[in-house]
Amino acid sequence: MAHFVIPPIRHLLTRWGIHPDAHKFPAADLGIVDAGLPPLIVLPLAQQAGAPARPVVKVGEHVLKGQRVADPAGAISAAVHASTSGTVIAIGEAPMPHPSGLPGLAISLRPDGEDRWVELHGDPYPIRLEPAEISRRVAEAGVVGMGGAAFPAAVKLALGQRSAIDTVILNGSECEPYLSCDDRVMRENAADIIEGSRLIMRATGAKRVLVGIEDNKPEAIDAMKVAAHPFPEVSVVKIPSRYPMGAERQLIYTLLGVEPPAGGRAADVGVVVHNVGTAAAVWRALRYGEPLIERVVTVAGGAIASPRNLRARVGTPLQWLIDRAGGLSRQPARMVVGGPMMGVAVGDLDIPIGKGASGVLALTHAEVGEREPSACIRCGSCVSACPVGLLPLEMANRIHAGELGQAEDIGLRDCLTCGACGYVCPSRIPLVQYFMHARGELVALEREGKRLDRVRELTEARSGRLEREAREKAEAQARRKAERAAAAKKETAA
Amino acid sequence: MNAPVYASPHAVTTRTTRQIMGMVMLALAPATVAGFWQFGWPAFCLWLVTILSCVTFEAICLQIGGRRAMPVLLDGSAALTGWLLALSLPPWAPWWLGVLGAAIAIVIGKQVFGGLGCNVFNPAMVGRTVLLVSFPVLMTQWVNPQMLAQGTDLSLAVQVGLGGGIPDAYTSASLLGHVKTDLGRGVPLLEAMSAFTPGQGLDGSRAGSLGETASLLVVAGGLFLVAKRIIGLRIPLGFIAGLCVPAAIAHASAPDHFLPPLAHLLSGGALLGAFFIATDYVTSPSSPAGQWIFAIGAGLLTWLIRSWGGYPEGVGFAVLLMNATTPLLDLWARPRIFGRSLTGRSLPARRRQEFIR
Repeated sequence: MAHFVIPPIRHLLTRWGIHPDAHKFPAADLGIVDAGLPPLIVLPLAQQAGAPARPVVKVGEHVLKGQRVADPAGAISAAVHASTSGTVIAIGEAPMPHPSGLPGLAISLRPDGEDRWVELHGDPYPIRLEPAEISRRVAEAGVVGMGGAAFPAAVKLALGQRSAIDTVILNGSECEPYLSCDDRVMRENAADIIEGSRLIMRATGAKRVLVGIEDNKPEAIDAMKVAAHPFPEVSVVKIPSRYPMGAERQLIYTLLGVEPPAGGRAADVGVVVHNVGTAAAVWRALRYGEPLIERVVTVAGGAIASPRNLRARVGTPLQWLIDRAGGLSRQPARMVVGGPMMGVAVGDLDIPIGKGASGVLALTHAEVGEREPSACIRCGSCVSACPVGLLPLEMANRIHAGELGQAEDIGLRDCLTCGACGYVCPSRIPLVQYFMHARGELVALEREGKRLDRVRELTEARSGRLEREAREKAEAQARRKAERAAAAKKETAA
Repeated sequence: MNAPVYASPHAVTTRTTRQIMGMVMLALAPATVAGFWQFGWPAFCLWLVTILSCVTFEAICLQIGGRRAMPVLLDGSAALTGWLLALSLPPWAPWWLGVLGAAIAIVIGKQVFGGLGCNVFNPAMVGRTVLLVSFPVLMTQWVNPQMLAQGTDLSLAVQVGLGGGIPDAYTSASLLGHVKTDLGRGVPLLEAMSAFTPGQGLDGSRAGSLGETASLLVVAGGLFLVAKRIIGLRIPLGFIAGLCVPAAIAHASAPDHFLPPLAHLLSGGALLGAFFIATDYVTSPSSPAGQWIFAIGAGLLTWLIRSWGGYPEGVGFAVLLMNATTPLLDLWARPRIFGRSLTGRSLPARRRQEFIR
């Protein structure tokens, strides 16, 4: 293993971010347990970033575990596979973990209890495969980013084939409080992750892998170092614990000291970032041919009786997971899918988990905190917390006043919506809500603008056409008149 | 299903506005108690009257504005304004001066703008400055702390508070005021300063406003706030630098005409201003660069006003003048956005440097 050190000066210069209470224990110290087979599996079609998948099965059809039930629709999308064998009982709307609380399309599956696999096609030495073949098989397996954003992994791999990538960064920071699923996967399946990272390296043509792990996970760092030992191109790097260290750009800056340009991609600086769980999924997809049908989920929070990490099938309802973690010990104030900083609050326990769900949290009143917003005292906590260098209070002020354009001018588009500002605000101002709202408004305005532009174009084209026609008519009339006049003249002359 | 929609984050720090205000008051307490100790019951009564009137005026304004008064009053901002105003008044000022100052601070300085967080100028300094301009004599009558060694009793406090006017035996002059007068008469600086020793400035046994004389305790309170991460070091350091650096240069070049930096620092509420007045959240910039400019500007203005202005003291004016620049500083001195240049353009796609060894 190569020795990779973050220059100490960069530690001193980092001033952004926050240190929320970690709440990682006891879940982080308990082994991953299988969540078992729920009585109903609901496979969301829009569990990846990009376009929702297109179903390829019919209601009533019997499917096997690992069988593809939906195809990717479009360039950025991912296939969905059945996470157990059973019968498709419905294809339609189901409650979803979405901030709006609106339902989404899903395939519902009644398990037959046999859990029978389709025939899988693994490869004993996947590292020998061609880069294009690796990303094809990753796409085949429906692997998406498992850190939360659920960006299709194959798209990122193919991206690497187009632009020169020299470094693969594995994100093992897990900076969100409560969550410890990546920590557990790193401790228990370190070899899978390292193998997966080498496959990603091969697929993107990179020269090395850096695994960034926050220093509050010493066991994970040790396990990963042991697993990475045989491979000189893989380095495990201890990075400081702070939120949001796991944000792609912040992680790249911490590890490499380069800032990816705003509005650009990580690939612009020769880097591709994947979550550690994604690397493990890539390995399993290529080595064993297994599609991504299960993931490790942290079930935690003050209202959970015995918090722990569960290996759950994609499509397992929240209620089932909570029951496997000892049930609710008290009435939660809020249920969250994902981490407490960026997760989605949900109101329905029938909601299934998707491929990107890293946590299921039942938070008590004390944990969620008192929420009555008061006047902004301009204390500037949000300014020092912001990892991007924005002035959240000024942006929120402008949005409050309806000046979306001004808010955009001072950096609304650079906001990660990481929630660091909302966390530190002593006045409990819902800053992130302001920013998300404003962004939605801007998108709507843009769309409206485009529509108006199109209407104007069409109107202009029409009036131009009418004008042209009128002109042509007049010209033709004049021509005929002249001809007639000429003919009459000729006649008189004759 | 009609569950309310909550936005992330779903966790929050335990610090609240009320806590911050309470912490600032806690930090002010030692210097305030030292002030009571030196200046006796009249100082305590003035302090109490000022705070109570601030809270009362805030309540009246909220009532008129049709807002729920209780949660706003409980945030402690009005009491803190009153506290800071009291600390910047002459300790034996008559009680109505405190009430009038509170009215100006809260009504004109704060509520007219829309209440907490909306005011442009530091309310306590608005109150103090209006009083200083309107009642120059009352606002520059200082008591001599040494004369109070025998202690004061409540009856004296009532007499002073109601009637105003300090018995001649107790009056004294502050260093800045005395030096200004003497320099005006052509007395050399060294002679003018002969009655004052720097040690007086440290332990608080000097004439001055109610809560600023015990400089060591003021600094200790300020550093407590820094340690609790309620204020940053930028504004206090910038203020002190802006005041002391030009003072040191001027004193070195013309020792007969300009006070030494230590004298500037230890009198006229400079340290109270640096740690508690200029650092007021609402009226100071929130970006780091803006804070430096704001603080250095306030310190420099303080020195300019003290050296050439008509008033011997200048912290209040300087802070108010810089308050006016805060909105602009917040707009112009924004921090650099990650991945963008200072002008807001995207950085070029630069490759990493090698760090593998």
